[in-house]
Amino acid sequence: MSTTMTHDAGHHEEHPTGIKRWLFTTNHKDIGTLYLWFSFTMFLIGGTFALVIRAELFEPGLQIVNPQFFNMMTTMHGLVMIFGAIMPGFVGLANWQIPLMVGAPDMALPRMNNWSFWLLPFAATMLVAPMFMGAHFMDGNGPWFGWTFYAPLSLQYNHLAYFVFAIHLLGISSIMGAINIIATILNMRAPGMTLMKMPLFVWTWLITAFLLIAVMPVLAGCVTMLLTDKYFGTSFFNAAGGGDPVLFQHVFWFFGHPEVYIMILPAFGIVSQIIPTFARKKLFGYSSMVYATASIAFLSFIVWAHHMFTVGMPVAGELFFMYATVLIAVPTGVKVFNWVATMWRGSMTFEPPMLWAISFVFLFTIGGLSGIMLAVVPADVQYQDTYFVVAHFHYVLVTGALFGIIGAVYYWLPKWTGNMYSDKLAKWHFWLSLVSVNLTFFPMHFTGLAGMPRRYADYPLEFTRFNQWSSVGAFIFGFSQLLLLILVIKCIRGGQKATSEVWEGAEGLEWTVPSPAPYHTFAIAPEVK
Amino acid sequence: MSVSNYKKTARRLLGAALLLGSGQALAERFNFQPPVTPVAHDIYGLHMMTFWICVAIAIVVFGAMFYSIFKHRKSQGAVAANFHENTKLEVLWTIVPFVILVVVAIPATKTLLYLENTSDAALTVKVTGIQWKWKYEYVDHDNNDANNVSFISTILPDQIAASSSGNSARIDKLNTPEHPYLLTVDHDLVLPINERIRFLVTGNDVIHSFFIPQFGIKKDAIPGYVNETWAEIQKPGVYYGQCAELCGKDHAFMPIVVRAVSKADFAAWMTKKKAEAVKAAEEASSNKVWKLADLIKKGNEIYHGKGGCFGCHGANGLGGGPFPALKGSKVATGPVAKHLHTVIFGVAGTPMQAFGKQLNNLELAAVITYERNAWGNNTGDAVQPKDVAAARKAP
Ligand code: HEC
Ligand SMILES: [Cu+2]
Repeated sequence: MSTTMTHDAGHHEEHPTGIKRWLFTTNHKDIGTLYLWFSFTMFLIGGTFALVIRAELFEPGLQIVNPQFFNMMTTMHGLVMIFGAIMPGFVGLANWQIPLMVGAPDMALPRMNNWSFWLLPFAATMLVAPMFMGAHFMDGNGPWFGWTFYAPLSLQYNHLAYFVFAIHLLGISSIMGAINIIATILNMRAPGMTLMKMPLFVWTWLITAFLLIAVMPVLAGCVTMLLTDKYFGTSFFNAAGGGDPVLFQHVFWFFGHPEVYIMILPAFGIVSQIIPTFARKKLFGYSSMVYATASIAFLSFIVWAHHMFTVGMPVAGELFFMYATVLIAVPTGVKVFNWVATMWRGSMTFEPPMLWAISFVFLFTIGGLSGIMLAVVPADVQYQDTYFVVAHFHYVLVTGALFGIIGAVYYWLPKWTGNMYSDKLAKWHFWLSLVSVNLTFFPMHFTGLAGMPRRYADYPLEFTRFNQWSSVGAFIFGFSQLLLLILVIKCIRGGQKATSEVWEGAEGLEWTVPSPAPYHTFAIAPEVK
Repeated sequence: MSVSNYKKTARRLLGAALLLGSGQALAERFNFQPPVTPVAHDIYGLHMMTFWICVAIAIVVFGAMFYSIFKHRKSQGAVAANFHENTKLEVLWTIVPFVILVVVAIPATKTLLYLENTSDAALTVKVTGIQWKWKYEYVDHDNNDANNVSFISTILPDQIAASSSGNSARIDKLNTPEHPYLLTVDHDLVLPINERIRFLVTGNDVIHSFFIPQFGIKKDAIPGYVNETWAEIQKPGVYYGQCAELCGKDHAFMPIVVRAVSKADFAAWMTKKKAEAVKAAEEASSNKVWKLADLIKKGNEIYHGKGGCFGCHGANGLGGGPFPALKGSKVATGPVAKHLHTVIFGVAGTPMQAFGKQLNNLELAAVITYERNAWGNNTGDAVQPKDVAAARKAP
């Protein structure tokens, strides 16, 4: 990052430069930057895995990889994107923005902050390392059992311990990050900023952090049981030893369902910041947004078994989980209606952050609607584990979570670097991404309805055409993301100077400090009226 | 609207959207494969109902959004209004979706109860998912024990060979209407039409999922569980399914092929199969001593077919990844006892299954003999069915 570090008066203590600055930093902005670069790196790695998948699926037959390697790609793609790209991406945004938005000088627990970041590169290395452990790279020695690592399949995996410890490290990092965020939000808000005056991004992260603390230990328990089953002779999940493979899924999805909300709630917050700014109009229903977020978080704990409608649950269980699941549509609907009502009779302009936010609302809603279809148990019998599900969760995770993160980067980048970015490049990035992401994932609805199961290395000829569309779209989408990299680097290097407000309609404490935000901000707490 | 009306409208609508992009687009399937059981019909109706409700919601929401995007823009001179929070509106947009969801939930509940009711079956078939093949056992037919009839259904090796060749010309040539690519197995699951068939679904090693789209069936095949589902096939024909739960390397290569025939044809087939089963059982338990060449020939078939050994150990015995080579392996060239034990009882905690449960003594003797003599393993050993029988009893 550039050298424009204007210090607040009274904060002239030395900080190291070069590599030491990044290794030992306790500054929320530095740590935020580290998280964001880490996230982007993992995004490119996970994206490369996705392109291997799409290249293999371009036509029937195995042209590029063998089935084992293919399974490894689907697995690593999921794990890297979820734990490497999306979650750290949001934590990076939280690190940069939460102190700025609540008027705090830094995060509440800066040293822990450093640690929770620096666990990540080690965890990622441990996750990826087994890929290179076999005699032949193409043998596919990395995890190959799906990101959901269902037992007993995952128990057949030779290097399970690496996977388990990688997950443990990721979990510890997430829990520490979450504790830090909660401590910051609850203790370090500027005088006058009551809870119900907090920006929505802060609210959604507060709730997300509680979800993280609640479910990451469940994930840790889940992988630990796998570990002891594999190496210490227990039989939690091994039917032959009296264990229960379905128990695995209950435990996993008790973590896994809140996890998907962990990946979307902060994006809700981001969009709730961006839309009012560019509609130049207050968010339509601030308090109902807060309550909707809280109810979604609550409901996320009682719907986990909707991922398991085909395991043979008792009918009463299936009914309960169906009703609870469709219920989530109500608070989610409230959010979407609120965004639309905020745009309604606003005075809108369409700078890049707004473009991403609008396409978020549009495409996330498509993912939400296919979610309602999936919740209907008898129909889910057809959709389950087909490409229809793949389409659904990529609409909520790519055009939802990822678009949210990208929108946030476009929104706050001038604040971070002090420079405006190239509008032209941003538009190219947006439109290419928008078209290609739909070309990739929309046809998957059809492949899924026609009955193509997911995680298939090869497929019957009738599925060819739509797979080709998806593959072409995926390559365009993947390479378009390099435009973002170029744009960000150019923006760090220079460009038209940004004002403190950056955007005409922007409101909130982060826009009261100069751009770029000085290394130390809010040494003296601002007053919120 | 009747189901076929829904279907037509949906086709036309979705087809139109994609026609633009591709001349051949109409040939593609945009929706479910045609249902052939009552459950699949109900599911189809439910699916289309939810789909249209979602379309309606989308039109309202996106309509409002795009209207304001076009009308309420600054460049059009729009000045921001200053309204926010409106209790009436907020209550309305909480209640209305709730009511819509109730409307969806009622028929969904009805269909669910219908499809979960597996009582009164005329035929019961036990389905076992095995890495990477299916085993079918006719447990009970019209209250007659059909215990003897059971077989394993494996994808044909030429399908796998074509797939791993990656050669599209070869794949196109292999693909025929009767034998579609990747959907062709050695033994079809033969079932009668117009009878309630109950499936008992379980797994042998890891979780698989028994998925036949046109029947509206998907049930996970889980070790230690026996799940139930049912079908009443309304039309004779061949129906295809695939494993729908990731089960390891050859997840994509364990198709399900159902041949639905009239009751009379089914009965005839059943009689034939029973006779075959009796004959095979006799042959396997007789004390006949087999010649090496005959054992190798039979073992070759089992290795590349019913046993599915080639799926892990490779057609050339070279293995790969976590699967050991058998060519020159210590077990396949060492003491026969160890080899017998490995194949009969499997290796716990690994994908190497206990084949004693899948193959009879003759088949086991043959495949073991084959492994001991193929790929330059020339041990010259001819393992006999009685050796297998003895090894089964060994501790
Ligand atoms: C699902 C995959 C799979 C299938 C199918 C399979 N095997 Fe195996 N087999 C394995 C694995 C994995 C091992 C290694 C077990 C271990 O770790 O000791 C193995 C080991 C063996 C060994 C011992 C090899 C050695 O040198 O240690 C023999 C012999 C063998 N299998 C024979 C067979 C026969 C015969 C068949 C078919 C009837 C068969 N296998 C089918 C996975 C499979
Ligand atoms: Cu399977």
